[in-house]
Amino acid sequence: MRKFRSAALAGAVVLVLAACSDVSTTVPSSEPSPTTEAPAFPVTIGTGKYGVTIDEQPAAIVSLSPTATEMLFAIGAGDQVVAADEYSDYPAEAPTTDLSGYDPNVEAIVSFEPDLVILEGARGAVVDGLESLGIPALIQPAAASLEDTYAQMKDLGVATGYVDEATVTITAMRADIEGALAAVPDASGIRVYHELDDTYYSVTTDTFIGQVYAEFGMVNIADAAKGASSGYPQLSAEYIVKADPQLIVLADGDCCGQSAETVAARDGWGDIAAVRDGGLIVIDDSVASRWGPRIVEFIEAVSAGLQGLAT
Amino acid sequence: MRLSASTSRGRRIAVVTGAAGLVVLAGLAAVLVGPADLSPAAVMRELFGWVPGVGPSGLSEQEGVILWRLRAPRVVMAGIVGACLSVSGAAYQGAFRNALADPYLLGAAAGAGLGATLVLVSGGTGVLVGGTPLLPVASFVGAIAGVGLAYAVGGSMGGRSRTGLILAGVAVASFLTAIQTFVQQRNSDTLREVYTWILGRLTTAGWSDVVLILPYAAVSMVALVLHGRLLDVLGLGDDEAASLGIRPARVRLAVVGAASLATAAAVAVAGLIGFVGIIVPHAVRLVVGASNRWVVPLSALGGAAFLVLADLAARTVVAPGELPIGVVTALLGAPAFALLLRRPGRMA
Repeated sequence: MRKFRSAALAGAVVLVLAACSDVSTTVPSSEPSPTTEAPAFPVTIGTGKYGVTIDEQPAAIVSLSPTATEMLFAIGAGDQVVAADEYSDYPAEAPTTDLSGYDPNVEAIVSFEPDLVILEGARGAVVDGLESLGIPALIQPAAASLEDTYAQMKDLGVATGYVDEATVTITAMRADIEGALAAVPDASGIRVYHELDDTYYSVTTDTFIGQVYAEFGMVNIADAAKGASSGYPQLSAEYIVKADPQLIVLADGDCCGQSAETVAARDGWGDIAAVRDGGLIVIDDSVASRWGPRIVEFIEAVSAGLQGLAT
Repeated sequence: MRLSASTSRGRRIAVVTGAAGLVVLAGLAAVLVGPADLSPAAVMRELFGWVPGVGPSGLSEQEGVILWRLRAPRVVMAGIVGACLSVSGAAYQGAFRNALADPYLLGAAAGAGLGATLVLVSGGTGVLVGGTPLLPVASFVGAIAGVGLAYAVGGSMGGRSRTGLILAGVAVASFLTAIQTFVQQRNSDTLREVYTWILGRLTTAGWSDVVLILPYAAVSMVALVLHGRLLDVLGLGDDEAASLGIRPARVRLAVVGAASLATAAAVAVAGLIGFVGIIVPHAVRLVVGASNRWVVPLSALGGAAFLVLADLAARTVVAPGELPIGVVTALLGAPAFALLLRRPGRMA
């Protein structure tokens, strides 16, 4: 089963690479051979504090990062995931458990008898505990850019023995994102406001999501508050109205029940360009807060929103 | 009570006038300055357009919206919340004869925190209850329930003595906080929302919020001001008060009830803003002495001016970003209070 998929995906690599030869130059790994058998282990990923060596292909992965869970399934390693943390709600077949990624408990993790654990943050005591039990821990902190996302997916491919599949997925993501960016003729100078919750927390260009807006060439109104916080400032309502964003991206539909209607109903918000001209888009909270494969969905939604503005 | 009646009366009237002036000045400053950078001259013309001879303000339509629908309600809201918390603090300190009593003493904060957390983790912030958002309703109900529970527990512990109530408040607050922390821990994806609420929020204040809490604030503040003299009698001690024909438990119930209503109203719309309720009444006592007849109403004015200025700092220091109001009240308030304590020749 796995070999079959492996071969099929490897075949797809060739097709994709042949189809977009200009993209192949940006794929960091050497061109994969279509006849790749199970990849060679042991592998070493990262260096120094984050370095980890995995002796054999993992058969029981515990993912304590919702983003990593999505990535593992995207590259075809989903069958090896035996347990995922409480917020790993995508894809539907992810084995969500009560495990906490914020406050990981070594004993609870070990009860799943994993041979690889993926963590979002470097939690010294947890990593040490797993290490003393001979369980490798791969740490994948929040990405700061799309390139970080690709690098993490590639690392997961190496760690799980799905190098080729990871490469295919990355190549496809790059192509989709290129397409979504190209579909908008000119978004430069468009003012965007990204809303994290209904008390007006936002993101600056220093964040992963902010980088996406920068890719489109948009002006992020939260950047004026860069000095206020490390990437996630709370903005004043009167500043938002004054800044008059043309695109408002609501990432607080799930958490706070916000929608185009509730924003339009806010006192004083009715005259904002985005509200007046239909420049409001709602993005699934979790899509907009993770840096996994579904970032493509996010970028396509922003692209669609911008195309809606242009017409 | 320390000064002779006539001189103290004249002085106190001067202090009340001064405090009212301070509220007006603070409100004016807060309306003139903000992250949207409206021209202060134009705002002044807009405010005083009704005075003959003042020309058109020159504010654009958008600037008018910012001034009247975003900035003004927030200033008014800060004033009401500051007044509510300070008056409640003064009342609690009087009713319990305890300098460290604050509006959250009997579990109002813990109850409101639990109510708000339940709404925030269940994603119910957008839900309306009879046209009112669920979050303030849940905070309000939680605050009232917290104090009610403390009162019931205090009563079952034998009489409603001061100490009995305070200890019941400690127990109820710890219990409710533990539940709140547990719920929050089980839903760590909403940590930021809960945290923001706990640090206080005036960011989203609009006229609808003002209308929401004004009736509660007005009723409870009037009730507390009218109870000032009874609180003074209570200050002599429960036995002495009883010998003067006052029933201490009943007065305390009325005062705690009214103060808790004001606290619940403030917490419902503004989250947990600390420090105001404890520092403003003490600052007022330093200036006018301990009589609750004066401390209670002056705390309302002082609290309003203080929170309006604190909110001005919250939205301008890192503009267009916001500082949590609860942090500003302590950052501004603690040194200001220390200066007041050091002031030579203070009246206390």
